[in-house]
Amino acid sequence: MERRASPFLITVLCLGIAFLYLPMVVLIGYSFNASALSSVWGGFSTQWYVELVHNRQILNAAALSLEVAALASTGALVLGTLAAVALVRFPVFRGRLLLSGMVNAPLVMPEIITGITQLLLFVSMLQLIGWPARGMTTIILSHVAFCSAYVTVTVQSRLASADRSLEEAAMDLGATPFQAFVDVTLPIIAPALVSSWLLSFTLSLDDLVISSFVSGPRSSTLPMVIYSKVKLGVSPDINALASLIITLVGACVLLAGYLVRRAERQRLAEARLAAS
Amino acid sequence: MKTGANPAAAGDSPRRGLAAWVDRYGRWLIILPPLLFLLVFFLIPFGYALKISFAEAALRIPPFSDVATLTPDHRLHLTLSLANYKYLFTDEVYAVSYLYSIKTAFFSTLLCLLIGYPMAYAMARSSKATQSILMLVIILPFWTSFLLRVYALEGIIRDQGLLNTVLLWLGVIHEPLKIMRTTAAVYLGIVYSYLPFMVLPLYATLEKLDLTLLEAASDLGSRPWQAFLDVTLPLSMPGIIAGSMLVFIPAIGEYVIPALLGGPDNLMIGRVLWDEFFANHDWPVAAAVAIAFLVLLAGPIAVHQHYRVRQLEG
Repeated sequence: MERRASPFLITVLCLGIAFLYLPMVVLIGYSFNASALSSVWGGFSTQWYVELVHNRQILNAAALSLEVAALASTGALVLGTLAAVALVRFPVFRGRLLLSGMVNAPLVMPEIITGITQLLLFVSMLQLIGWPARGMTTIILSHVAFCSAYVTVTVQSRLASADRSLEEAAMDLGATPFQAFVDVTLPIIAPALVSSWLLSFTLSLDDLVISSFVSGPRSSTLPMVIYSKVKLGVSPDINALASLIITLVGACVLLAGYLVRRAERQRLAEARLAAS
Repeated sequence: MKTGANPAAAGDSPRRGLAAWVDRYGRWLIILPPLLFLLVFFLIPFGYALKISFAEAALRIPPFSDVATLTPDHRLHLTLSLANYKYLFTDEVYAVSYLYSIKTAFFSTLLCLLIGYPMAYAMARSSKATQSILMLVIILPFWTSFLLRVYALEGIIRDQGLLNTVLLWLGVIHEPLKIMRTTAAVYLGIVYSYLPFMVLPLYATLEKLDLTLLEAASDLGSRPWQAFLDVTLPLSMPGIIAGSMLVFIPAIGEYVIPALLGGPDNLMIGRVLWDEFFANHDWPVAAAVAIAFLVLLAGPIAVHQHYRVRQLEG
């Protein structure tokens, strides 16, 4: 018996999706408004995008944010994958509960608490050992900490469903455990690695609260600059910037989704071929 | 890894030196980096916050007094000040904002559940191809900048925003609705931002639901509503709890939404903490607020962890 959703449920679903997307669509529309007064439509214009390119403050902040996001997501990928391997492959070790607690807690810890506690640590460390100075380093360290949690969770579920016997077969054929992992398991979990790197990248790029706490006086990330402008009300160049980011991130997510799905189909096809 | 079951290691000549060491301690090369990193940069900071919450504000850099000092005769001297915690109880603003945050988070979670449940249910009942597209549609906003989405919502509900423009044009209202800087805007903001967090876990449990159970219920004479209450709702409880925790916990600590959309009355604890820190520069009080806040969250976080572990292992 196939149970179809009732018209009522489908209506709620459509309205819910419209609710999620309408504000973003409207924002992109406003970004092409020639009038600086957002209530009036002054005709189509790309002037706010042109102004964006000449805004030093925004460009500098964007460069800093991209650099932080690239480094932090790479660090988080390495640490998060190691943690996932440890949690999936080693059922018993000293500190397992601690590790699993520490990778799950950042997912639900309010950012404001993480931010304030990390700042207090950095300040005390600077006093004790003279490192790290508040700025890019501290932002990267905090981002690695919370992004690695997302990496672990994503990779963990993928790794748990990966077939262990393939790796064992490789070891029977003389591969070392490390070789077997790199040659057999790594390609299987590759889609999870790609998507968790991308997720870390966007999370880091988007973070306002933690960065505000741990950053130094001269290092403002893009969200910090956007927030300080947005607090004063709607501004047309932020409309343009926001539209740019939303479109870019959306396109990347769709592309990543497509690539992951294609890789998955290919793998399944090869598996079927090998089985027949 | 299971070295004992590894014929390559056991069959050939006994491995010596580095290889043997790697066999024996290799797993710690995997475990230690993330363990130590998270210990230092995630867990230990809470210890520092606890320590500083017992300090006193001071005019220096960093702006608080020493808690532990070493006296010249090598004795550790602790100066614990409970003043910050006492202050939390005497100044009304903290208790009021704690309660207000819990109330706001509770009702927004309820709203998310009421909207998200039918959405997830409709998703779970659509065809497989539609399901994967819908998944992407629901996940996409989650990847989009949180700050920018809150800002985008402002474009709709501002006094001259789309909503008011359309309603005025339609003649439904004659004065623009005042939504910005009200409690309604905060609720709208939280529901808008966190709805995907509710829908996804609900969808995950509803999708796995065994439809033959509903069939059995209807065979036994249950009306659809009765079957929903007796079968579907209890079976989707894990999803309801997971989704509710994912909305409730971050919503309590929310800063951006009440700061951008709310008015001066929407005093949530995240905002108080932020102001204590950036406006008043009182780090010890901020640390005490954070610690007290964490103690308050321990219950919900434990519930969340419990269900996550069960989900991973079951």
